[in-house]
Amino acid sequence: MKTYRTHLMVCAGTGCVSCGSLNLKDHLESELKNRGLSDEVKVVITGCNGFCAEGPIMVVYPEGIFYKKLTPEDVPFLVEEHFLKGRPVEKFLYTGPAVKEKVPLLKDIPFFQHQVLRALRNRGLIDAENIDEYIARDGYAALSKVLSSMTPEEVIHEVKISGLRGRGGAGFPTGLKWEEGRRYDAFPKYIICNGDEGDPGAFMDRSVLEADPHSVLEGMTIGGYALDAHQGHIYVRAEYPLAIHRLNIAIEQAKNYGLLGKDIFGSGFDFDISIYPGAGAFVCGESTALMYSLEGKRGMPRIKPPRSTEAGLWGQPTVLNNVETFANVPAILLNGGEWFASLGTGGSKGTKVFALTGTVSNVGLIEVPMGTTLRTIVYDIGGGIPEKREFKAVQIGGPSGACLPTSLLDIEVDFDSLDEAGAMMGSGGLVVMNDSTCMVDTARFFTDFSVDESCGKCVPCRVGMKVMLNILNRIVEGKGEMEDIERLKRLGQHIKETSHCGLGKTAPNPVLSTIRYFRNEYEAHIQDKQCPALVCVDLIQFRVNPEKCKMCGLCKKACPMEAITWEKKTPADINIEKCIRCRSCIQACKFGAIE
Amino acid sequence: MAKLTIEDLKRIKEEVRSTTVLREGGFRAKINIHMGTCGIAAGARKLMSVVLKEIEEKKINDVMVTTSGCAGLCSREPMATVEILGNPPVKYCDLNEERMKEIFAQHVLKGEIVEAYALARGSETTY
Repeated sequence: MKTYRTHLMVCAGTGCVSCGSLNLKDHLESELKNRGLSDEVKVVITGCNGFCAEGPIMVVYPEGIFYKKLTPEDVPFLVEEHFLKGRPVEKFLYTGPAVKEKVPLLKDIPFFQHQVLRALRNRGLIDAENIDEYIARDGYAALSKVLSSMTPEEVIHEVKISGLRGRGGAGFPTGLKWEEGRRYDAFPKYIICNGDEGDPGAFMDRSVLEADPHSVLEGMTIGGYALDAHQGHIYVRAEYPLAIHRLNIAIEQAKNYGLLGKDIFGSGFDFDISIYPGAGAFVCGESTALMYSLEGKRGMPRIKPPRSTEAGLWGQPTVLNNVETFANVPAILLNGGEWFASLGTGGSKGTKVFALTGTVSNVGLIEVPMGTTLRTIVYDIGGGIPEKREFKAVQIGGPSGACLPTSLLDIEVDFDSLDEAGAMMGSGGLVVMNDSTCMVDTARFFTDFSVDESCGKCVPCRVGMKVMLNILNRIVEGKGEMEDIERLKRLGQHIKETSHCGLGKTAPNPVLSTIRYFRNEYEAHIQDKQCPALVCVDLIQFRVNPEKCKMCGLCKKACPMEAITWEKKTPADINIEKCIRCRSCIQACKFGAIE
Repeated sequence: MAKLTIEDLKRIKEEVRSTTVLREGGFRAKINIHMGTCGIAAGARKLMSVVLKEIEEKKINDVMVTTSGCAGLCSREPMATVEILGNPPVKYCDLNEERMKEIFAQHVLKGEIVEAYALARGSETTY
């Protein structure tokens, strides 16, 4: 093993790759070679670093210097200055949204400071395609401990102590599920990893699979031992080619080392894992639908009981857990359940990974202890709302979740408190919305999504959601009636109570939560025929405020419909007949003169 | 590749960790080779190779190697600064490969300052 003085960790998560990080890596390597530094400085490709907004990202060790938004053109200068002459290049360093000072070190950047990495313990620190680097960070140590010194019952006991709950959304206690699965004496048994991440704005599972695939494989193998299962399946979306690529590499490497296959560590325990790319139906994230899909059938949920732990895949006892759940397992077995339970709240232990997106300064992948407040997530980690706008709501849990308003910013995020607020953890998508978001339109968006993705098996979800969508469409078109609000509430409640699977049971949540917290917006749409956030095109008319207009003419240039009349030294004017409300003029106006 | 035993796993861990540990922080000592134009011209690169080779051969994993620009004393290059954490850094000047090796053995590993080549205590700030 060769020693280098410096490691350049280039982020190659999907976010940074799409910003050109692989190209950056090639340029770095060739420039280092030109400068004769190839023997001293090593370039390492890592999984998602988390700070996707600043990509492509590179972290320089041993100093821990964080560079952002690097381009191939920056490489020659950077290599000469930093790696040849030892002077970190200030212009590529991070600056916060509030302060102008440069923050050179990753550990000092607020985005990272408030995070606690457990499921993502190896993110940005290892080459995801190199099993040795995973092993160097205690990889497979938990598996060796389990296979050499623990009984399956002890493993399950440890997971129960940890209080780990399913990270896929519903939060079922993992230890309990494993115990159930172990109880049945029917063989073969199966273990499934659910990587069918479908919520809009969510990319936690993808990032775990890309950054640290072995942690998932190790967690599944430990689960297999606990259940006496010998075959694992990973169901992962086909839209995640990089995750699938890295999983394939990881499985291949684990097999070569005998960490998958027959007689692992000479213990007599056999375990294998295969990958199944799913075609991307939202409903296939539901466990029973996923299993049908794995069997080659149409992905539709079935009535429970029997639970999957009794009769799941091919009618055999099956335990299904989420990607992040499995990624937590090795750390629990290595450090003990008590260690895991030392973080978190009463009913929710450990940490949770969130995909923080929307109108927030620091978009990215974060991991925080359970019980962290929304305020910490949005303001301390997320860096607040950019462009001097106001926070309005945070959408948590995707189409099954809810929009939480400013008054709930101090809610401690865990399974139970979210449930109380009419939301749910979901898999961990967190979409921040500012005051230019219309909550009725947002509810309509998620309802539209649920209508599209409904599998159609049961009436409440298939028909009920469609009716809800029609009502919402009516409201945003300005044709709503006041009774519509009660209608939506009543119908939503029925759908929740009578739907077949978790999807339908939660699909009305976006509508119900926005009515609960933003009822005034519904009323404004219905009574005043106005959209307070100026989003719903049928309810808004743009006009120029002559007092604010500086007569610059930028709006006229921006208008694609030639609806704006303007001449030098006169305020502009909008022809309402021609205006298609595309907002181009609002974006073009530097003085906020268009209302 | 043959099946891994638990011992193999531990061996791989130790081997690889010695090369990746620099990502984790927790250093005992820091060697800063001054790599301004003057330093490079005077042969700082060779010092760097010596240090890296020593670290590799002796499987040392708690020493951090960095570079910095010109220290302002171009006539005494090549120079290096050695800092045992918790102690003030020591600047060495007029170095060559042999002297660097000696400093590595005495100061970095044993904590004894090699006064013969030492210039001063203290250092310019680097990250």
